[in-house]
Amino acid sequence: MEQKKYNEIVKKHTPKEDSLKNGFWAFISGGIMGMIGQFLITFYVRILDVTTTEATSFMIITLIFLGCLFTCLGFFDNIVNFCKAGLFVPITGFAHAMMSAALEYKKEGMVTGIGASMFKLTGSVIIFGVVSAYIFGMLRYLLFGGNI
Amino acid sequence: MIYLNSFLFCGGICLLGQIIMDHTKLTAGHITTLFVILGAFLDTFGLYDKILLWAGGGASVPITSFGHSLVHGALTKAQNDGLLGLFLGMFDLTSAGIVAAIIISFFLSLIFKPRD
Repeated sequence: MEQKKYNEIVKKHTPKEDSLKNGFWAFISGGIMGMIGQFLITFYVRILDVTTTEATSFMIITLIFLGCLFTCLGFFDNIVNFCKAGLFVPITGFAHAMMSAALEYKKEGMVTGIGASMFKLTGSVIIFGVVSAYIFGMLRYLLFGGNI
Repeated sequence: MIYLNSFLFCGGICLLGQIIMDHTKLTAGHITTLFVILGAFLDTFGLYDKILLWAGGGASVPITSFGHSLVHGALTKAQNDGLLGLFLGMFDLTSAGIVAAIIISFFLSLIFKPRD
């Protein structure tokens, strides 16, 4: 009985997440991120005279730098609270997770803090990425001969 | 036109992530991991290459392209070196992003103080 009452009170006071509004802003902000990516690729191809593949690498480095810098300056969290998935699904979320882990464990020292804990949040992305890429790459290699 | 496709594809992926997050108990970490696996899966049948042609930068920005690049690098190397190439070339395309993330966040973490 006590537990039931408690659950009711918790339910009443949990802030209601409006999933329609969240989805809308995630769509808009994610779309804008995609357009920024495309704009940067076009920009680098035109300015630096490189191929699209290289320009993609430049674009990703730029976005990672911006994600890290905004995290350090402290207003990335405010934007994420508003845009949610629109910012952590793009590569900026990867940069943000890495940067905030590095900042958070800084006080534990260079080696045991920053060095050991930098991949605390993003490690799973890399581990599962490599494992799944190995499985699916092997599958494609065996099934289709790996022709690209 | 490619800007509109970028907007639609990247926005759609983010919307999918937000829907998963709102209706399940999965955290942001789960969702990004899920999307990397999804990207690698889509590349098994060569679908992601077609999406990249269609959406351009919009398909390179979401974390799904990370999984795609892992498979793509591994397979490019595997064409010359056989199955060993899967090990040699896995990080060929993604190393730029990973190394940049490590270096930038290392140096910035030396400069900036953590916010509470």
